[in-house]
Amino acid sequence: MLADKDRIFTNLYGFQDWGLKAAQQRGDWDNTKDLIARGNDSIIDEMKASGLRGRGGAGFPTGMKWSFMPKESKDGRPSFLVINADESEPGSCKDREIIRHDPHKLIEGALIAGFAMRARAAYIYIRGEYIREAEVLQAAIEEAYDAGLIGKNASGSGYDFDVFMHRGAGAYICGEETAMIESLEGKKGQPRLKPPFPAGAGLYGCPTTVNNVESIAVVPTILRRGGAWFASFGREGNAGTKLFQISGHVEKPCVVEEAMSIPFRELIEKHAGGIRGGWDNLLAVIPGGSSVPLVPAEQIMDAPMDFDGLKEVGSGLGTAAVIVMDKSTDIVRAISRISYFYKHESCGQCTPCREGTGWMWRVMERLRVGESSSREIDMLYEVTKQVEGHTICALGDAAAWPIQGLLKHFRPELERRIEERENAMPEAAE
Amino acid sequence: MPTVKVDGQEIAVPDGATVLQACELAGKEIPRFCYHERLSIAGNCRMCLVEVKPGPPKPQASCALPATEGQEIRTDSEMVKTAREGVMEFLLINHPLDCPICDQGGECDLQDQSLMYGRGATRYHENKRAVTEKFMGPLIKTVMTRCIHCTRCVRFSEEIAGVDEIGALYRGEDMQITTYLEQAAKHELSANVIDLCPVGALTSGPYAYESRPWELKKTMGIDVSDAVGSNIRIDSRGREVLRVLPRINDDVNEEWISDKARYQVDGLTRRRLDKVWIRKRGKLEQASWDEAFKAIAKAKPGKGIAAIAGDLVDCETMFAAKALLKAAGSKLFESRQTGMDYDVSNLAAVNFNSTFAGIEEAQAILIVGSQIRWEAPLINVRLRKAVKRGAKVFVVGPEWDTTYPAEFLGEDVRVLGNLPAHVSDAFNDAENSAVILGAGGFAAGAHGAAMAAASTLGATFNALHTAAARMGALMLGFASKGGIADIVAAKPKVVLALGADEVDWSQFADSLKVFIGHHGDKGAHAADIILPASAYTEKAGTYVNTEGRVQFADKAIFAPGDAREDWTILRALADALGVNVGFDSFDQLRAAMVKDVPALGEEGLADYGAMPSAPAGASASGSLGYPIKDFYLTNSIARASVVMQRCSDELIHGDTMKEAAE
Repeated sequence: MLADKDRIFTNLYGFQDWGLKAAQQRGDWDNTKDLIARGNDSIIDEMKASGLRGRGGAGFPTGMKWSFMPKESKDGRPSFLVINADESEPGSCKDREIIRHDPHKLIEGALIAGFAMRARAAYIYIRGEYIREAEVLQAAIEEAYDAGLIGKNASGSGYDFDVFMHRGAGAYICGEETAMIESLEGKKGQPRLKPPFPAGAGLYGCPTTVNNVESIAVVPTILRRGGAWFASFGREGNAGTKLFQISGHVEKPCVVEEAMSIPFRELIEKHAGGIRGGWDNLLAVIPGGSSVPLVPAEQIMDAPMDFDGLKEVGSGLGTAAVIVMDKSTDIVRAISRISYFYKHESCGQCTPCREGTGWMWRVMERLRVGESSSREIDMLYEVTKQVEGHTICALGDAAAWPIQGLLKHFRPELERRIEERENAMPEAAE
Repeated sequence: MPTVKVDGQEIAVPDGATVLQACELAGKEIPRFCYHERLSIAGNCRMCLVEVKPGPPKPQASCALPATEGQEIRTDSEMVKTAREGVMEFLLINHPLDCPICDQGGECDLQDQSLMYGRGATRYHENKRAVTEKFMGPLIKTVMTRCIHCTRCVRFSEEIAGVDEIGALYRGEDMQITTYLEQAAKHELSANVIDLCPVGALTSGPYAYESRPWELKKTMGIDVSDAVGSNIRIDSRGREVLRVLPRINDDVNEEWISDKARYQVDGLTRRRLDKVWIRKRGKLEQASWDEAFKAIAKAKPGKGIAAIAGDLVDCETMFAAKALLKAAGSKLFESRQTGMDYDVSNLAAVNFNSTFAGIEEAQAILIVGSQIRWEAPLINVRLRKAVKRGAKVFVVGPEWDTTYPAEFLGEDVRVLGNLPAHVSDAFNDAENSAVILGAGGFAAGAHGAAMAAASTLGATFNALHTAAARMGALMLGFASKGGIADIVAAKPKVVLALGADEVDWSQFADSLKVFIGHHGDKGAHAADIILPASAYTEKAGTYVNTEGRVQFADKAIFAPGDAREDWTILRALADALGVNVGFDSFDQLRAAMVKDVPALGEEGLADYGAMPSAPAGASASGSLGYPIKDFYLTNSIARASVVMQRCSDELIHGDTMKEAAE
C-alpha cells in the first residue's frame, strides 16, 4: 500500500482548502523558479526517466510526447499546451477531484510542462458539466495570476506563460485530442485526420501537445522528488502512482491514489472495503472506464492493475476507472447501455462509427431480451470488427471493445436468453 | 519523387502525392465518396481504405495518407476487400434503396460502387433512418434520407464558393446536412453541389423526374451566359435540351459552372421566335421567308446596311454578317451594343491577359468597376484562391460581398490616378499583380485610366467582358471606332440585329430593323422584320472567351419551328440583296473565317502580341456603377427561363417580396 509520504495528491478529498495559501503549505508553487531554471531539455529528460505514461487512457510516454514539440519556431508560430479536462468517460472522475481540491497542482504543472515544451500558453479544456469545478479552476488561475506565478515573468522565471480555461459544451468526443482542438477553435467537435499530428500542426495550426489533467498535475512533484522516485512505484514500464476510481458494487466506492501494478484484490480490499457480498459474488470488472472490454471475475482478481497487466487479460488500464459488477448485474443490459452511450456520442463524421454504433446498440437491445439468434451474435461480432480500426479516431474502437468483451466472456449468457425466449414463444402462440 | 509499390508494381509518384493518387497512377481504382480533387481532404467516408506497409496493422484511408518512399500498398488483399465491404454495408444500412425513383440513378457513385465493392445482401434488419427534407432554394432538391454525410457540399460551399451556407447539424447517426436555418443557398455557384453529391441527396430541382442519364444525347458545348466560356455538356433528348453540366477544363471553368449557365436552358423552349414576322401598320404579322427577304430587298439598302451583334452570337454568325456587309460595300458593324467606344486597335488592351489560371498566382489585384461575382462567378472563385495564397485585393466601385477579404477604395474612379500608398506598396511588393477592368469600368470610360494605372503599378492589365461574343467580335474586327454612335451617324437604311437585345433602338427610328435571333425580347420588340434563328445549343460555332481562348461548340439539337441557323439566313439574305459572300456551306464559311482570322481556327489562347502603352494623359472621373442589376436575368434566354425568373424573385428580390406581402 502506498505510504502517505509518497502521495502526490495530498488534498484529494478536500479536507483542506483548495486555495493558493493552503496549496503552498502543501508544497505547491515551492520555488517553481528553480524547477524552470533546470532548462527545457533537463525537465523532459527527468520526465522520461520517471517513466510517466499518459494518464488519459492511451498510456503514451509523456516525456517522449513533449520531445516531439519543435525546439525552435522556424516560422514564428507559437506552441501551445492543451490540457484535457473534458473527463467524460463513464466511470472516470479523477480529474474532477484534482481540479476541485488541488487545482494549483494542475496550474503549476501547466507552467512547467508548458515551459518544457516551449509553449506560449496552456488551454485547459474543462468538461461543460463541471460547473463548480470550472469556478474553482478559474478562481485558482486568477489567484496564480495575482500572485505572479503565471503570466508575464511567471514565478520570477523570466518566462511568459498564460493559462486559459475553456468550458466545453458536453460532447464526449471533445475529449479526443484533435476534436478538442477543433472545439477550442470554435468549430464542430470532430476529430481531425492524422497526420498531421498536433505536435506539427494543432491548435490554430500551431504545434500543440494535448495532455491529460493527471499527467500534468503530477509533473511538479516528479521534478521535486526526482524521476527515480516516481519510477520506483509499479512494475517495469508501468511506473508511478495513479488515481484509481473505484465504482460499482463495492462496499465503499472511492477515488484513491495508489501505486501502479497493485493487484486488483488488494486495491479493492484496502480502499473500497471489498466486493459487495464477498469475492464469490464478483461477476466482472471493467477496469479502465467504459471503453475497455470487461474482464470476468476469475481473471481479474489477481491481475496487476497496470497497462501491461490488464492488456494480458484482454483489457486495458484506460483511465483506471474501475467499474465493479457483482452477480446482481444484468451484464447484457450494462453493456447495451454503454453501447447506447457511444451511439449517442459518436460525432457522425466517419461512416463506420456513425452507422455502426447505432446498429450495434439496436442489436444489443434485442440481445438483452433474447430477441435474436445465435447467428446474429456472430454477425454482431463481425460488425464490431468492421467498426474497430476503420475510423478516424478511437471512438469506433471504444464502441466495439465492450461488446467484444461481452461476446468473448458471456456468450453462454446471451444464448441462454435467446433460448429462454424461444421456449416461451411457442406456448404463447398456442 | 518517392517510389512506392502498388500491388507489387513499382511506381514513382510526384512529391506530396497521396497514397490514393499513387494507386491511381498505378492504374488501380480506389473507391471513394468524400474525396474530391478540388476540395480539401475529409477522410470521413472510409471507402478508400488500403493496406499500407510500414504502418499499423489496420487499413488506412488512402486519400489522406501521404505516399512516402518504400511504401508497400495493397489494394487487392483480403483485408482491403473486407474493409470495403464493411464500409459499404454501413453506408447502405441507412440508405433508402429507392433507386427506381431516385434521379441520381444511373449516375450514382453509391450505386456503382456497391455493385463493384459491396457484399450483395443485407444483414440489417432494424428500421432505417428517415431524415426530414431541407429547403435549399429553387435549384437544389433535397432527399436527405439518402445522404451519406460525405460533406462534399459543405466543403464546396466553404472552400470554393466562400460562403458558409451549408453545414452539418447534430451528431452521430442524427447528423444532418442543411443550409443555415433552411434558407435558400444563394451563391451563384450553388448548384454545383448537385454534381458533387455522390448520391441522390442533392439533385437538380428543375430537372427532377425529367429523364434518365442513359436516355440523353450528350453534346460538347460552350456556355454563353457570361464571357468565361465555361465548357459545358448539353444533355438533350429529342428536340429539347434537358440539362447542362460542366465539363472539366482546368484552364477555364475547372469543374464548375454558374447556376445561370446550368439552368437558363429551360428558357430555350419559351418565348422562342419560330416563325418569320413582318411589321405591318405597327403590328407584327406572320409571314414567309420569301416575303421577308423581298421586303428587305425592297428597302434597297445598297451601302446603307449595318449589323449589330448581340452578346450571345458565335463567330461564324458575325463573320457571315460581316461578309454580307462587305459584299454590299458597307463597313457599319458593331458588337458593343450599349454604346461603348473603347479603343480596340490592339486586342491585348482588351483581353484578360493574366489568364484565368494565371490570376490565381497574382499577389496583388486591383478590380476597377466590376462586380465579379455577377459578371463572372468562376473568376471570383479564382480570385478567392489567390487571396487564400496571400494575395491582396483592392476594389474601385460600390461595395459587394466578395467572399474574401478585399479593400474597397471608394466609388470614384478618379482614385486610379491617385492610389493610396499602401496600395502601391502592395503592388511593388508583388512579383505578379493584376488590374481587372470590368463592365462598370468600361461603361464609365475608365479603359485608358485603368491601363495607365496598370502600367504605373507594374501590373498585368485584364479586361473582363460580360458578353460571350465580345472577344470573337473584336477578333473579327466587328467594331467601329466610335461605337454605335458611328453607325447611328451613318443613318443606315437597314440594320441587321444579330440577337442584339441591349441596343437603344430608338436611335434607328428611320432604319428598317431586321432582327435575326432566337428570343422574343427587347430586340424583337423593336424590329420591323423578325427572322427566327438558332440559340447556342442549336448551332455549331466558335466562341472566344474574355482571356482570348478560342473554343468550338457542337450542335446539340435542331432549332424549333421555322428557325434556321444564323449563317444560312445571312447567306439567303445575300442572294436577296444580289451580292456574293463567297460561301455556300458551313465548312466553307469556317474556312473563309479562318483564312481571314487564322487564330479562330485553332483551339486555345490567341496571341494578341504585346500590350500597348496606355494612351497619354488618360484619366477618368465620376462614380462607378455595375451594369448588371440582376445576375439571373442578363440575357434573353435567361429572361425567358422560368427557373431564372424564380431565382431572381426568390434569391435577389426575396426580401422585397416578403415586405410587399406583409
